[in-house]
Amino acid sequence: MQLLANVLIDGLAYGMVLFIIAVGLSVTLGLMRFVNLAHGAFAMIGGYAAALLTREAQWSFWVAVPAALALTAAIGALLEALVLRHLYRRSELEQVLFTIGLAFFLIALTNALAGPQVQLIVLPPLLAQPVDLGFRTLPAQRLLVIGAGLLVAAAAAWTVTRTRFGVWLRAAVDHPDTAATLGIPIRTVQCASFAAGAGLAGLGGVLGAELMPLEPYYALKYLVLVLVVVAVGGMGSLPGSLLAAVVLGTVETASKYLASEWGNLFFFLAMAVLLAWRPNGLLKR
Amino acid sequence: MSAATQAARMAPPWRLPLIVLALGLAAWLLLPEQLGLLTRIAVTALFVLSLDLVVGIAGLATLGQAALFGVGAYAAGIFALRLNPDPLMGLAVGTGAGAMLALASGAFLLRYHGFTFLMLTVAVAQIVASLAQKARDWTGGDDGLTGFSMGPLLGRFSFDLEGQTAALYALAVLALGLYIARRVVDSPFGLAVRGIHENRARMAALGTPVIPRLLAMYTLAGALAGTAGALSAQTNAIVGLDSLSFALSAEALVMLVLGGAGRLHGALIGAVVFTLLHHTAASINPYHWLFIIGVALMGVVLMPPQKAWDWLRTRLGAKA
Repeated sequence: MQLLANVLIDGLAYGMVLFIIAVGLSVTLGLMRFVNLAHGAFAMIGGYAAALLTREAQWSFWVAVPAALALTAAIGALLEALVLRHLYRRSELEQVLFTIGLAFFLIALTNALAGPQVQLIVLPPLLAQPVDLGFRTLPAQRLLVIGAGLLVAAAAAWTVTRTRFGVWLRAAVDHPDTAATLGIPIRTVQCASFAAGAGLAGLGGVLGAELMPLEPYYALKYLVLVLVVVAVGGMGSLPGSLLAAVVLGTVETASKYLASEWGNLFFFLAMAVLLAWRPNGLLKR
Repeated sequence: MSAATQAARMAPPWRLPLIVLALGLAAWLLLPEQLGLLTRIAVTALFVLSLDLVVGIAGLATLGQAALFGVGAYAAGIFALRLNPDPLMGLAVGTGAGAMLALASGAFLLRYHGFTFLMLTVAVAQIVASLAQKARDWTGGDDGLTGFSMGPLLGRFSFDLEGQTAALYALAVLALGLYIARRVVDSPFGLAVRGIHENRARMAALGTPVIPRLLAMYTLAGALAGTAGALSAQTNAIVGLDSLSFALSAEALVMLVLGGAGRLHGALIGAVVFTLLHHTAASINPYHWLFIIGVALMGVVLMPPQKAWDWLRTRLGAKA
């Protein structure tokens, strides 16, 4: 029972990290039809920024993390406005080539600036201490991750379905020309969505730093996992991504606890089965 | 299209392999210190060629080609270690292993399209890699498969330390693979597969059995990838888990696109340029290499040599 509870809680936390990183990719890939393989690099930038701010600059965790997110979002917005928007109408293959080139470039740059060693984020005492939930104790950091994941899911769902911005986003995606004629600021919408996705990826990089160590190859190492979550959840479907992330995160955690010598086998088996069963996403028939 | 006009339009199938063989021989004679590099280029070119059959000809974007390569490599290595050190028999075993895996996985994969297909190829490759890591008794796991040595080629030419035999052997196999690929691509079967790439629905309406044709092409590509893997195992005398890795699949795709997908010599050009760049840049510092390839990739997309890309786009159909 203890083991099952451990697996479920750690799996949930892992799934939440995957989901937070995957939100931005799901939106760009599924809604904006832009294949961004440099998305993992945003998570890396966020994590690195938080690590450097807390460790080198001695900032408080609670100040450093928002600053890191803002920085990641700003870099995302800048990249989108300067370069990536010119690629929206290009073929998928060109988008793949460019963004994977960008990821390579950022990996090399990260290594040149911060070195090849693993970066640690200094946690405040509040998060480092264990919390007693009555039936078991677990690190407060896990609770923060799960809470943040739920918050991001709720906020994203609310933004897309209930706000004016969400209406704009969906309109800009479905019929960009019509939307522009109706006076919707398409460029702002696209840029803001991209920046928000990048910022969220940065948050995922910070929160997941204990599970996915921050090193220069981070940008490509975990990209496959995030792509898997987006594919299994269905492109552009946020509830689908959440479900896929939690299921796959639990599978991966369980296989680490129970059958670590099998490596990633069960993660990818689960992915293959789920994709074969629902090729268009878990929640789409 | 009648056979006569078609033959007039196309270069003879032996021309490209002969050119490759001549260039390779010249390199073999002129650069005796670089035989290892020459061998690696030949192996890589054969692997990218197999990828071209899937991506460029059949239009199936895959990131799992390394599974076919790695299986061929492991099959050839295990065969040499446990059964028989004859290189040609090992090559046949590797080819068969690649083809079998392609046939088995293709029967499942080809039911899906686009992004789902792409991600499923990743899954299959990762599953194969996990299994290889787990089966330590057979594959050596993380340490790699070592300890096998190759017998003399054709019972006469032994593999020497300088790699002269290995380089010639790899070149000859590459030329043969290129010839076979050329013949297949220009055959009615190859035309049908290219038709499926351009318009699947129309080819189905014309009565072409779409899935069996694609499966046959995927199996052939698997056989070629398996050959390349076996060649790599035999000439390096080691098989590592990296021969099954996602990175290898991704690198091969980058080489193919840099050289130009859909035309067989594009695969060769991409493999040669990429391997040479890699060799020079990575010998300084592996991160330099990432820097250079990253900038090169972005540059190719941002400032395309316009004519080449237009040509490529028409060749690949509207959607790449």
